[in-house]
Amino acid sequence: MSQPLLESNNKGIYCSQADVYIDPWRPVKKAIITHGHADHSRYGHKKYITHHLNIPIIKHRLGKINVSGVEWKENFTINNVKFSLHPAGHIIGSSQVRVEYNGEVWVVSGDYKTEDDGISGTFQPIKCHSFITECTFGLPVFKWQPQKEVFDEMNNWWKDNQDNNMTSVVMVYSLGKAQRVLNYLNSDIGTIYTHGAIENMTDVLRKNYDFPETIKITRETKKIDLKGNIVIAPPSAHGTTWMRKMVPYVTASASGWMSTRGARRRRAIDRGFVLSDHADWDGLISAIKATECEKVICTHGYTNIFSRYLKTLGYDARTEQTQYEEDED
Amino acid sequence: MKQFAQLIQQIDSTNKTKTKVSALKTYFDQANDKDKVWTIAILSHRRPPRPVNSRQIREYAGELSKIPSWLFEESYHIVGDLAETIALILPPNKGESDKPLHAYLENILKLKSKSDEKKKAYLFEHWEKLNYYERFVFTKLMTGGFRIGVSQKLMTRALAQSTGIDQDVLAYKLMGNWKPQNTTFQSLILEENPEDYLSKPYPFYLAYAVEDELEDLGQPEDFLFEHKWDGIRAQLICRQNEIFIWSRGEELVTDKYPELETFKDYLPDGTVLDGEILAFPNNDIGDFKDLQKRIGRKNVTKALLKKIPVIFKAYDILEWQTQDIRSTSFKQRRQILDKLFQNLTDSITPFHLSETMQFQNWEAVEEERQKAREIRSEGLMIKRADSTYGVGRKKGDWWKYKSDPYSIDAVLTYAMRGHGRRSNLFTDYTFALWNDDKTELVTFAKAYSGLTDKEFKEVDRWIKKHTTDRFGPVRQVEAQHVFEIAFEGIAQSNRHKSGIATRFPRIIRWRKDKTIKDANTLEDLKKLIPK
Repeated sequence: MSQPLLESNNKGIYCSQADVYIDPWRPVKKAIITHGHADHSRYGHKKYITHHLNIPIIKHRLGKINVSGVEWKENFTINNVKFSLHPAGHIIGSSQVRVEYNGEVWVVSGDYKTEDDGISGTFQPIKCHSFITECTFGLPVFKWQPQKEVFDEMNNWWKDNQDNNMTSVVMVYSLGKAQRVLNYLNSDIGTIYTHGAIENMTDVLRKNYDFPETIKITRETKKIDLKGNIVIAPPSAHGTTWMRKMVPYVTASASGWMSTRGARRRRAIDRGFVLSDHADWDGLISAIKATECEKVICTHGYTNIFSRYLKTLGYDARTEQTQYEEDED
Repeated sequence: MKQFAQLIQQIDSTNKTKTKVSALKTYFDQANDKDKVWTIAILSHRRPPRPVNSRQIREYAGELSKIPSWLFEESYHIVGDLAETIALILPPNKGESDKPLHAYLENILKLKSKSDEKKKAYLFEHWEKLNYYERFVFTKLMTGGFRIGVSQKLMTRALAQSTGIDQDVLAYKLMGNWKPQNTTFQSLILEENPEDYLSKPYPFYLAYAVEDELEDLGQPEDFLFEHKWDGIRAQLICRQNEIFIWSRGEELVTDKYPELETFKDYLPDGTVLDGEILAFPNNDIGDFKDLQKRIGRKNVTKALLKKIPVIFKAYDILEWQTQDIRSTSFKQRRQILDKLFQNLTDSITPFHLSETMQFQNWEAVEEERQKAREIRSEGLMIKRADSTYGVGRKKGDWWKYKSDPYSIDAVLTYAMRGHGRRSNLFTDYTFALWNDDKTELVTFAKAYSGLTDKEFKEVDRWIKKHTTDRFGPVRQVEAQHVFEIAFEGIAQSNRHKSGIATRFPRIIRWRKDKTIKDANTLEDLKKLIPK
């Protein structure tokens, strides 16, 4: 059997023909990066290739790197292998990677979601022979509501808390979810405050996006200013002394994991909004069907269960170990 | 149902006790009386019996969701709660339902005797009409316990706020064997019914564990000490020549312990004793395993009565000569109890007394605790001599001071995903000890608790990278990490591969300083079994 076009080795997903890695987790010569989350874009590669919208993000995270940007659908060829990036809808600047050699097409999904969130580009299924997919939420219990319903709930929640003289604190990842939430918060209700980590990342993205105004919480911020308003903070801030200024507060998290009551209890969060930047069960299945692929390789999430199910649908499905984290959402 | 589901959602979406109580109070202010009675019943563990068994309900849910049964099972395993899994996995609801809660429960009561076909049709009909939270509650009512972060105590507090009736009085009214379908809010809660009080127990008073230094409790002279007996805490009630025995789980267990009937021939009318039911094989206190042989049995045979008789070891007296004496001091109550015991010890064979002790200094208390295992107690009870008999668990007057647990160093060998709160982490571990020549690791216990969330996360990550084999949901991992495992009891067992059963094993700490060669052997474990 000839060498597969893409395979997973101890450094990442590797294309030997082009000598290029996709989202490698150890330093390599040349890396194509799907998106800016830390488990997909790591330090130490000699050369980074990514969507141009992702460049400010990874420069902010990784400092000075040698990076070149491409547009979606723009072809670039390395040693006769044709590459192109396509919208993945996961976060701002996220892409799928299409790889073609001798008529054989592979697609690496990176992380993706099928619902258009208005800022991350619209996920586009790409026809291929082999599809390397994430399946973070590859269980039939994960089914997302339309985001409009979730954001309406979130705004109502903020309003209710305000009526009860409480400050609302939403815990979300600083890259991706924070901007998505920000984009839909109703700033007629009150002022939107941010944790430093969120403010800095959002600042990086403001150049290309028109987000509502936010105020970074600093030492000088007064308790009285925060009252009844909303604060966007990273999950790591939960339970720290930083939160003292917000008392009395109500906490919420916005993540796909909030589907289950257990996950919510583990995080000791008052309110869980089910809002994910990953595809839900139906989203994964429809995305895979739309690729018209024969082979599916499941990388991270409920890989065993999901690939077993895909086999019952007639796919040649298997799992591959990667070092992408399962809980970043 | 909408109102009740909304209540559960409100309770579910907060971690704050105050918010939960206020949601419950609002519910009790607004709901109709029939729904209130059912809500009280549900939140005090008086659900109707399961109308549909777990296997059927899983099968039907899988069928309606159009997914294979193995996929349903995997999902259930990860979510960790059957009702929740079903609520999540079913397709979105089509209709709506305005039926009140009590109507559902009355249906459920009748459903039990219906044919499987009718059961399935009933489930399908309602699953399709109810939204996510209503479905969750509806299914929860038909499956396992209804544990949603509201204790009976919280519910009682909210009910007290809503009705203006004293909380302790309500706790008393809610005890016993009432059935929601046979009572009304008026008669259960609002009315005074003296005749109901014949069998009614008092709420149990519970002790807090000593967490810090003994010295912090105050002067030892202010306390009376007893051993902490390891059986079933029970109240023995003698009123109008009848005996009622209540367990702490508020279950009437009179029939299970016929040897205690004899108390009624000697105790004066209106006597209530608090004590412990203990197994007493061969005229000596047995261990909990002996007692378990009695607990589960509905029919107590003569042979079993002879082999494992029980005794009632009295701690306290709550009612004397028909008077509630809980507000007198513990010391006074014990004087009455001790005298009663002296008078009746020859007449009532199963009547034993939990002797009180006094100590001049805390060192002597510590010494006494060291003897606990020898005399088959779990440690000491420390009760303030002037304390009244309170309700529930209150800090300050009664303390339990348990023996230090047994502990042993074992190797992590298998892991499974946790349930509920830990459903996406590997937190359920199997531990093994070395065989005699240290060539093979033999499984001896499973443990789920004891590490911090941070440690669980670290172990979880390690497990995912060091899995050597998979058996369904179970992962075999490289033998590499040593954990100190504590447990409360230990006994020989022929049901366990190791030959030993341990009681309540849990993780004490991750021994990163030890390698697997330092882990203990089965022989070490066997040496801990009390002779």
